[in-house]
Amino acid sequence: MIPAPSVPVLVLGIGNLLWADEGFGVRAVEALNAGWEMAEGVALLDGGTQGIYLVDRVADCRRLLVFDAVDYGLSPGTLMLARGDEVPRFMGAKTVSLHQTGFQEVLSAAALLGRQPEEILLVGVQPADLDSWGGGLTPVVAAALEPALAAALKQLAAWGYRARPGFGRPALLGHGLARSDYERSPA
Amino acid sequence: MTITTPNGFTLDPSGKRVVIDPVTRIEGHLRLEVNVDSANVIRNAVSVGTMWRGLEMILKDRDPRDAWAFTQRICGVCTGTHALTSVRAVEAALGIPIPENANTIRNIMQATLYTHDHLVHFYHLHALDWVDVLSALKADPNATSALARSLSSWPLSSPGYFKDLQLRLTRFVESGQLGPFKNGYWGHPAYKLPPEANLMAVAHYLEALTFQKEIVKIHTVFGGKNPHPNWLVGGVPSAINVDSVGAVGAVNMERLDLVSSIIDRAIEFIEQVYIPDLLAVASFYKDWAQWGGGLAGRNLLCYGDFPEKANDYGADNLAFPRGAIIDGNLNEIHQVSLDDPDQIREFVTHSWYKYPDEGKGLHPYDGITEPNFVLGPATEGKKTDIRRIDEGAKYSYLKAPRWRGHAMEVGPLARWVMGYAQGRPDYKEPTDAVLKKLGVPVGALFSTLGRTAARGLECQWSAHKLKGYFNKLMATLKAGDFATANADKWEPASWPRAARGSGFSEAPRGALGHWVQIADGRIANYQCVVPTTWNGSPRDPQGNIGAYEAALLGTPMADPSRPLEILRTIHSFDPCLACSTHIMGPDGQEKAVVRVL
Repeated sequence: MIPAPSVPVLVLGIGNLLWADEGFGVRAVEALNAGWEMAEGVALLDGGTQGIYLVDRVADCRRLLVFDAVDYGLSPGTLMLARGDEVPRFMGAKTVSLHQTGFQEVLSAAALLGRQPEEILLVGVQPADLDSWGGGLTPVVAAALEPALAAALKQLAAWGYRARPGFGRPALLGHGLARSDYERSPA
Repeated sequence: MTITTPNGFTLDPSGKRVVIDPVTRIEGHLRLEVNVDSANVIRNAVSVGTMWRGLEMILKDRDPRDAWAFTQRICGVCTGTHALTSVRAVEAALGIPIPENANTIRNIMQATLYTHDHLVHFYHLHALDWVDVLSALKADPNATSALARSLSSWPLSSPGYFKDLQLRLTRFVESGQLGPFKNGYWGHPAYKLPPEANLMAVAHYLEALTFQKEIVKIHTVFGGKNPHPNWLVGGVPSAINVDSVGAVGAVNMERLDLVSSIIDRAIEFIEQVYIPDLLAVASFYKDWAQWGGGLAGRNLLCYGDFPEKANDYGADNLAFPRGAIIDGNLNEIHQVSLDDPDQIREFVTHSWYKYPDEGKGLHPYDGITEPNFVLGPATEGKKTDIRRIDEGAKYSYLKAPRWRGHAMEVGPLARWVMGYAQGRPDYKEPTDAVLKKLGVPVGALFSTLGRTAARGLECQWSAHKLKGYFNKLMATLKAGDFATANADKWEPASWPRAARGSGFSEAPRGALGHWVQIADGRIANYQCVVPTTWNGSPRDPQGNIGAYEAALLGTPMADPSRPLEILRTIHSFDPCLACSTHIMGPDGQEKAVVRVL
C-alpha cells in the first residue's frame, strides 16, 4: 500500500551555501521566503547537501520545484528550466556539485518507492565559481536570483498556487548564515 | 622492491596499478590507487583526498556563538555532530556550564543521529557491496518468505509481499533507470548471497528508506527543524512547555509522546530487521573476517561521548569509551587528551599543505591550513588528469593526524573494541553473542566484517540509550526541572579578551575534535580534525601508512577492473570526505573511473 503524497507543492533549494555559487539553490528559497507569502499547500525547504536523506520529502510531494546550481556548460548566470523526465538527466549530465549525484539518486529512489512527484520543475543556474570555500554568490549568479524567482512564481501560479508579495515572516536562515550576514566580510 | 613501514606493514608497489576515482557513493572525493601482485592480491595502497578543506578560513572573525551553524553545513551527513562538537568547544573556551536537561537533550539528539546514520549507512551506502540487486530478480518469492520467517518475526514477510516487490523491481530495472543501483558491479563473482537473500535485503533496503524519516522527526522536535536543526551555546534551543497543546516551537506532551513511539519503533526495526539481516549476510561472507583489518588490530583511538551527567567530560562519565590502544595491547588503555600538545598532531609531509617546518607535526591549537598543491616527480599524467600519483611526495588534501606519533583507526570498530577491552558489559555481551552465532574468534573483529558488525551493534546500543535518555528527560520534567539553557555568559562583554578550548564528540564514523581560539569576542583560529582525516590519512614523515591504506593490504581481488573488494573495505569505514576536503582541479569534473595501468 503506497501512501498518497501529503504535501501538494514542495519548493526545494539544494546546495552548499558555504561554497560560492553552490549556495544558489538555498539562497533562492531564502529569497522566496523573504519576499513572498506562499499559497496554502506550498512548503519551502532548505535541503542543503542532505542528498539521500531528502528522499522522503521528495516522495511525499505531488509537485516539486527544485532550485540548484547546475553545470550545463553555458555562460555563467544563465538560467535553465527543465521539466519532468529531463530533470534527472540534466542533473546527471555533469555532476559538478557535491550533492547532484545524490539528488539524481533521490529522484530514482522515490520512483523505486513508487512515489514520484507528478510534476517536477528544475530551476537551474549555470555557476561561475564552485571553488571558493567561504565565498558568497558571484555577482552574475546573484543577478540570476530575480529571474529564477520569477520563473518559480510563474510555475506556482500555473499550478494554482499563486504567491503574494509579503514580508515579515521569520527568516529561513540565521546564526550568521543569512545571505546578508554571510556575504558581508566578518567583524 | 618492497618497503616495510615503521608501523609494520610491507608495501610492494611493483605490480599492476589500479586507480579508482572517486570511491564514495555520496558526497566526497576519495581516490584510491593500489598495486596488485600476479595473483591480484593488494600489496600497496594509496589513499588520496582530492578536495581542499578551508573551513578554518571561513570561520575566522565570525561570532563563536554561530560557529555551530557553519560547521553543520560542511557535511551533509554528520551535521548534528559538528554542531554539538562546536558548541562544546566554545563552552569549554568560555567556561559555560549547561543545565542537566540540555545535556540529556543533546544525548537524545546524538543517539538519534547514530540510530539514523548507521541504519542508512548499512542499507543505503554499504549493503549493495554485499547484495546483488539483479540476482534478486531471480528469487523465488515463496522461498524468500520462508527464509525471512526463519530469521525474524518481522511481519512483512509473506510470499505475496516479496512477489509484489520483485515485480516492482523488475519494472524499475526494465525501465532502464537503475537509479541508486546504477553503479553496482552486478554479477561480480565476489557476490555470494543466494537470490532469495538478495530479494529479502532489497525489500529491507526499501523499508529502511521509508522508515528512516521517522527517526529524524526526533531532531525536529528538539532542534526545531530538520534538516539543519538548531543548537545553542549554553544549552539547547528547545523550550519545554508540557502544559501547552500544539504550541509553535515549544516541546509539549504531544510531541514527547511522538518521540517515545518513534524510539520504540526504531528499536523494533533494528532488532527485527537490521540485526537479523546483518547476521544473515555475514554468515555468507565469513571470509571477510580475515581481510580489511589494517590498523584495527593495532592502533585504535576514541574520544568518547554521551556524558551521563552534565559538564563532566571525563572518561568515567562517558557512555562511549575514551582511550587509545597501541600495538594491539588490549590490556593497556592509554589516556587521551585533546589539549595535551604532545598527543594529537597533524603532519603535512605527504599532504598538499605548507608548514614552516614539515618534519614536525602541529597540535590543532597551532594548526595551519595553507594549501600547497605540488606533484612528485614520479607522477604520471597531467595536473588535471593524473593517471598515477606519486606517493613518495605530497599526494592528498587530507593531513596526517597522529596520536603520539601513531597512525590510528577511529570509528565504530574502535569504540567497540575499546568498550570490549575495558570490560564494559554493554559492549562485551552483545559482541560475544555475535561472535558465537557466527562461530568466529575474537580476532575476527579486526576486519571489514568486524567493522560492519560493530556498526550494527552500535546502532542497537544507541537506540536503547536513546530510550534511556528520553526516560531520564521525562523524569526530570516530572520533577519540575524545565531548565534547558544557561544564558549567564551569552553576551561577549562577559567573556575574557582571549580564550581557547576544545570540543569533542564521536561522529558515527569516528572521533571528531574542534579547537577554537577566541579573541575580543571573535574567532581567531578554528581547527577541525574529522574522523575521515584519521582513517583516510596519507603517510607521515616516518612513512607510517593510514587506516584505509593498511586495511586494503592483503585483500585478493577477483577482477581488478571491477574493484568490489576495495569498495567493501572502504565503505566499511563509512567515509565522509565532504568535510575533510575540497574539490581538486580547475574543471571540477567528477567521474567514476577505474583504470588498470
